[in-house]
Order: sequence, then structure tokens, then C-alpha cells
Amino acid sequence: MGLETPLDHGGEAGKGATDAPNSLGLSQPLALDSGQSLTRVTMAYETYGHLSAARDNAILICHALTGDQYVASTHPRTGKPGWWARMVGPGLPVDTDRFHVICANVIGSCLGSTGPASLAADGEPYAMRFPVITIRDMVRALVAMLDEMGIDRLHSVVGGSMGGMQALSLAANFPGRAERVLAIATSSRHSAQNIAFHELGRQAIMADPDWQQGAYYGTGRAPDSGLSVARMAAHITYLSEDGLTAKFGRRLQDRDVVGFGFDADFQVESYLRYQGSGFTRRFDANSYLYITRAMDYFDLAEEHGGQLAHAFAGEGRGAQSRFCLVSFDTDWLYPTAESRHVVHALNAAGAPVSFVELAAPYGHDSFLLDVPALDRVVAGFLHG
Amino acid sequence: MAEGVTALRPDLAVIFRSVATGSRVLDVGCGDGALMAALRDHKQVDARGIEIDGAMVERCVARGLSVVQGDADRDLAFYPDGAFDYAILSQTLQTAARPDRMLEELLRVGARAFVSFPNFAYWRMRWALLRRGRMPVTRHLPVSWYETQNIHHVTVSDFEALARDLGIGVERCWFFTGTRECGRGGANWRAEHALFELARRG
Repeated sequence: MGLETPLDHGGEAGKGATDAPNSLGLSQPLALDSGQSLTRVTMAYETYGHLSAARDNAILICHALTGDQYVASTHPRTGKPGWWARMVGPGLPVDTDRFHVICANVIGSCLGSTGPASLAADGEPYAMRFPVITIRDMVRALVAMLDEMGIDRLHSVVGGSMGGMQALSLAANFPGRAERVLAIATSSRHSAQNIAFHELGRQAIMADPDWQQGAYYGTGRAPDSGLSVARMAAHITYLSEDGLTAKFGRRLQDRDVVGFGFDADFQVESYLRYQGSGFTRRFDANSYLYITRAMDYFDLAEEHGGQLAHAFAGEGRGAQSRFCLVSFDTDWLYPTAESRHVVHALNAAGAPVSFVELAAPYGHDSFLLDVPALDRVVAGFLHG
Repeated sequence: MAEGVTALRPDLAVIFRSVATGSRVLDVGCGDGALMAALRDHKQVDARGIEIDGAMVERCVARGLSVVQGDADRDLAFYPDGAFDYAILSQTLQTAARPDRMLEELLRVGARAFVSFPNFAYWRMRWALLRRGRMPVTRHLPVSWYETQNIHHVTVSDFEALARDLGIGVERCWFFTGTRECGRGGANWRAEHALFELARRG
């Protein structure tokens, strides 16, 4: 698929409950950090708003670990509104009346872009034959997609959490490709604690007998229990202790006294189980393995000689983008110190950078939720 | 004078006039970014800021300015030597944990520095202290001693002595009473505010 008139989804009416995304095939094989390459790569994407004649108003939004391209349109599998519908749309901070917004499913995922559930050249699903990918590989695929779309320069690249890692990686590896870089609730590297939580999730999936060494496609069984536990553990890291306490406390679920058993006595247990099982209906377990691995491998400094500042100001090329980093005071997954670490590197590189730590009660998930100050910062940075 | 410039506080207006066109500026404690915006819009200055108050940083970002929320006592260290032509510290020196180290840092990251501060030897302050025997609360320093952020009360003479001790040269200085500039004579008595342009000696 080549250049086409940008699709303009009129709000939620845009996508029906089909699983047939907009997609394009990359014309070149994708060389990966592992040394392997991925051929016949499909990128599934959504766009909003119109590309200007000068092709200078494109914003690439990068999604998080379990996110997808349905940033502001109805999710085809869940029927729920887009994951950032409160931020992206006509008159919203990422204003689709003004900007041409592109969001693509990352490679390794399972919403239409090439991932472990996709068919390999032999007609069978890749499963664990899918190569291990990195955040930089995801970004390479996104940039190759932009090349196919004929978008040479982005007005902005925007992302939260893993999306923020992609935004930073794009700035570091494709200097000048984006005029503005907005990275929210993110980090330049995965900490031991981050890796530990991901490993817990992966082990839960791989310990599930239905995982079948990853070759569960078409068997009628899938590691839903394992994936559900992985999601439950991860979900805890997305919330704050105060948030959990306020929402659930020690309140019991549908009972007045504890049951002296292992049912979901507490509301928080019931909530987590619901989150876990809901997740298995929209996400592929192998994708979860591959994407968490990519995040664990992420260390932007290591890619650039051990100096994070070098990532943003390689020899003689200088800083070519304006940066804005945002953290949340209750985010213990990617705490403020991680954003500051990036900011200090950008200062050392002489890059124009803004940074603000916002107060919000929701922990890491704050970037997805109702935080008016974030709306103001996003709008201000994109329009200023 | 263009819009946005006329509204600047007197010390900032002097800094605005004195900064060279097209230079690189770090505004430490930049507040809502009024000076940075004026320098960018009218003098093609590449301006960066540090501000501790997140709400102020939001306003700066909305103006398209590059401002980092941070604490100057700690975060100046992450800027490379000589990254700026000017480092600006307006009405903030008296809140620094170590004003002497702050001055050294300003002149490490900037070739020159503009530093303004309230003069605690202003005659009204002396008089209030002498007469009432209590820490003065004035229109420009309206906060009581126990809640003020001003932890290092400094006078014009103190500042000149510190600069001398640190081997820092005073290039120019300006003094203000209220919103008006006043002369150098008897500044330690007569000036409510002082502004110094500094450069490292030798």
C-alpha cells in the first residue's frame, strides 16, 4: 500500500468491530539489533486528521507495552474507546483539526503488525521462531513505515511509558526526524526492578502448560492463566499504593466477612482477576514475552557508548529536536529520577529541553487518565 | 518598546537591555518565563530555564520555552562548562543553600552572570529592625521570618565582599528603589534591590 488519502475517523464511529486494520507492507527487510532480519513486515496503523500539503503536521504517537494503534478509535476486539481518546481528537491537546496523527501497532505485538502470531514464510505462525526485537527495532519499523508514507519529518513524536522509550530512541537514532519529542512517564533504561517484574510475568506465561513452548496457535489452548497472572502483576506496578488504598482499601467483595478460603475475598483481588482475564481476550501471550524482553533490553546509554548524553548529541551533529519530559509524583515504575536522568543528559548535550513532574494520584497510569495539568503541558509543548 | 518587554520587572528590564542579541542564556529561577520570552522574541536569544515551581514550568512550556523543573542548588551541576553566554539569577540568591557556590556555578556554566537580590541593609529595613527589634516585613519582603524562603539575608556590601573573595569581577551594577533606578552613592543604605553583572577575573 502506498500513499493514500489520510483516513479521517470521525471519533468513535471510525472503526467497527472488525479485525481488519489499515496496514502497509514494508518494501525492505528490517535489519534487527540481534543481527537477524525480518522480511515481509506489515505495519498496522490508524490515522486521524489530514496531512498538510507541506507534509509538516504529522505527529507519530507511540503506544505502550499492551497498547495498540487505536489511540482514539474504538478497539475492534473490546469495543472500548481508544486508549488516549481523552488526549487525541478535534480540539483536544493533540488536536486532529490541526495535526495529522499516526499511531501504529509495534512489531512484536498482535493487533495487525508483524509479531509472533503472524505467519512466517512457511505459512506457519512464527511463535518462538520470531526474532527477539528491541525498542530500536520497533522504531526502525515505524520509521520505515513513515518512509513508505512519504513523511520525512515529523512535527512531533509523542509517547508514554514504552511509547516514551520509542520517542527517545527515535530522537537518538534518527536525529532530526522529529522536530519535537514528548516523552511521558518513561525511562532511558530498564532498572533491575523493572526487569524483575517483567521476568515474573514471563515466567508465569511459560509455566502455564498451555503455553506449549509458544506453539499454542491453532491448538485450541492458550496460556490464558499465565498471561492473566502476568497482567495482574504488571497492573500493580501501574498503580500507586495510595490509589489502590483509595479505590479498594481492605474492602471485601460481595461479602461481609472473609471466607476463610482462596476466593477473591477482597475487592482488590476481584479487580486484579478481572483485569487479568480481560487482558487475555485482547492480547497474545507470546507478544507479551517479546515486547517485555524488548523493554528489558532497552538502555539508550549503552547503545551510545555508555554515555546517555552521546545518544542525543553524537559527534558533530548537535541537538536537532526540542524535548519535553513529564513524570508523575506517584509513578514508582518509572519514577521522576529516571526522567531527570534523561533531562540531565539532554542538558549536557545542549538540547532544548523542558521537564515537569506533575502531581497525580494514579501512579504510572496517570499518563492515560484525567490529569488536566498533563493536557496543558501536551497542548503547550505541541503548539508552543 | 515591544509588548511583553514593558511589563518586565525593573531588574529584568535592565537585564533584557544588557543581554547581547543572539546569545545563549540560562535563566535560573525563571518563574513564568517573562524574561526568557522577551529575550527570545525580541533579541533572538536561545534561552533555557530552571524553575522549581511546576505550575510556573507549565506556563513556560505553554509559551514554547525550554524550562526544566528543578532545584538550582542541585541541577546546575548537570550543565556543561561555558554552555551559556549569560547565566541569570534574579531575586533568588538569598534562597540558595550556598550562595557562594551558586555564584561559582553561574560563572562556570555562563561566561557572565546577572544576579539581582533584595538588599537587607536598605534603610527602611534597618530602621524597622532598630525601632521594633523584629525582623522586618515589608512590601517587597512580605513573609515572616519563619516561613520566608530567604534563608541567606544579604546586603550590597556583603555581596561585593563575597565577589571579591571569590575572585569574581563586577562588570556593572544597578540599584533600585521601588520600581525606579537609583544611583550608586550610598547604595547599601538607599537601594531596595541590587543587580550585578559579573564575570570571572583573569
